[in-house]
Amino acid sequence: MTSASSAPASSSSVSSPAASDIVLEARGITKCFGALTVLHGIDLALKAGEVVSIIGPSGSGKSTFIRCMNMLEKPDAGEILFRNRRVGEKHRGSGDLLGQGELRRHVGMVFQHFNLFPHMSVLENVIEGPVIVQRKSRAEAVEIAMDYIAKVGLAEKRDARPDQLSGGQKQRVAIARALAMQPDALLLDEVTSALDPELVGEVLGVVRDLANQGMTMVIVTHEISFAADVSDRVVFMENGRIVAQGLPETILRRPDNERLKAFLARFHG
Amino acid sequence: MYTWSFAPIIQASDLFLWGAWITVVYTAGSIAIGLVLGLAVCFARLSGIGPLNWFAQGFQELFRCTPLLVQLLWIYYALPLLLGFDMPNWAAALLTLSLYAAAFYAEVFRGGIVSIDKGQFEAGAAIGMSGWQVMRRIILPQAIRRMMPAFINQSVTQFKNTSLVSVISVADLTYMASIVNGQTYRPLESYTVVAVLYFVILFPMMKFADYIEHRMRRGN
Ligand SMILES: Nc1ncnc2c1ncn2[C@@H]1O[C@H](COP(=O)(O)OP(=O)(O)OP(=O)(O)O)[C@@H](O)[C@H]1O
Ligand SMILES: [Mg+2]
Repeated sequence: MTSASSAPASSSSVSSPAASDIVLEARGITKCFGALTVLHGIDLALKAGEVVSIIGPSGSGKSTFIRCMNMLEKPDAGEILFRNRRVGEKHRGSGDLLGQGELRRHVGMVFQHFNLFPHMSVLENVIEGPVIVQRKSRAEAVEIAMDYIAKVGLAEKRDARPDQLSGGQKQRVAIARALAMQPDALLLDEVTSALDPELVGEVLGVVRDLANQGMTMVIVTHEISFAADVSDRVVFMENGRIVAQGLPETILRRPDNERLKAFLARFHG
Repeated sequence: MYTWSFAPIIQASDLFLWGAWITVVYTAGSIAIGLVLGLAVCFARLSGIGPLNWFAQGFQELFRCTPLLVQLLWIYYALPLLLGFDMPNWAAALLTLSLYAAAFYAEVFRGGIVSIDKGQFEAGAAIGMSGWQVMRRIILPQAIRRMMPAFINQSVTQFKNTSLVSVISVADLTYMASIVNGQTYRPLESYTVVAVLYFVILFPMMKFADYIEHRMRRGN
């Protein structure tokens, strides 16, 4: 992936030297649904290779925030920066602004409900982005896609339709579909919440492998011990604000925030 | 006791065949034009651009909430007074049928598209597709499958509705029945033959629609 970060002369937003290895950044993200303000000016910067987990009670705005990070939800205030370039309102970029299409080409997303394309086979689902968006040749796309399909352990299912797969298999295909774009970062929103308990492990295994291979990720999850395991940083959200964040052992094992303690107590029983 | 006599009718069979052909032509023509217009109206409604949406919706309500016969008469007899020039009956017939079809098709298309899960739009967008790419690659292939039964039903209705053009003397199948009746004084045979001809054409279409619908139900 070519680095867009090495153009300080043309960019006014480069601030600190450390900013150069920040892949994705949210600044002051505020989001309202009608009269309800769901996010109150959230800041989060994601460094290359970093795995950040977001935890918090239901309705705290985790999904809304992660969806703002790839502009599926349009923030009412604040901005998203990809490699120090502000993301605009349009699909294509113009001037200083990066297009949303370009952002999403570099930042993949995996959804709670998989959202596989039901009219396409596993392989077709995975090559769709490389062929249609990146305009790769079919042969090249198939080669890349099979690589990732094999990585998530579904090589023999390449010609299956989504409705012939289990939930866990569907989610692994969805991960392969995001990876086939060879993104710089991945956003995962409760990717195991819609799965039967016995299928959670296979999907978490794939995510764990990605973390070990240095994939930059934001993971919204209710799997606290998994978050403790794979994250470099854990962010606790409540009522549309980041209430606490830090190393997983600090946040999850020695919390000093009352509300965070109350939240975690529910998981420890 | 009435004695049936089909001999005079059979002599006029070329009139019936010509009428059937004209009916097919008007149906196919208005379906083709209605399809394109209907798609445009559908996308206008989904565009999210206020005035475009209202205009499209107004058009739909106008044509869905007035009888086709009245539309036909209005466009043939009344509209020329506003335009200042006469319209040949074939043009008035084709125009009315097409607009009528467009209003209903647009609703069929719209229903198909909005029935697709929001997650499909998002999954397409999330791999960097443009709105149009999402529509063409992800939404329409699924929506078209889903709207097929309603589309075929609407087309069958369109075929039947074409019979109304006979009131402005377009020589379709129904019009030919009255011609043959006038020549032979055999209304029972004339109108029976015409009804049978419509049935023979439409019955297989209807069965086909049922088959598609059945197959799709099983598919889901
Ligand atoms: N499209 C929407 N329209 C209106 N309100 C919304 C919409 N999406 C989310 N909300 C509201 O925003 C708030 C935050 O929702 P969000 O889905 O971001 O929470 P969450 O932290 O992901 O919760 P969960 O753990 O249940 O997934 C909730 O009060 C929710 O009802
Ligand atoms: Mg959520």
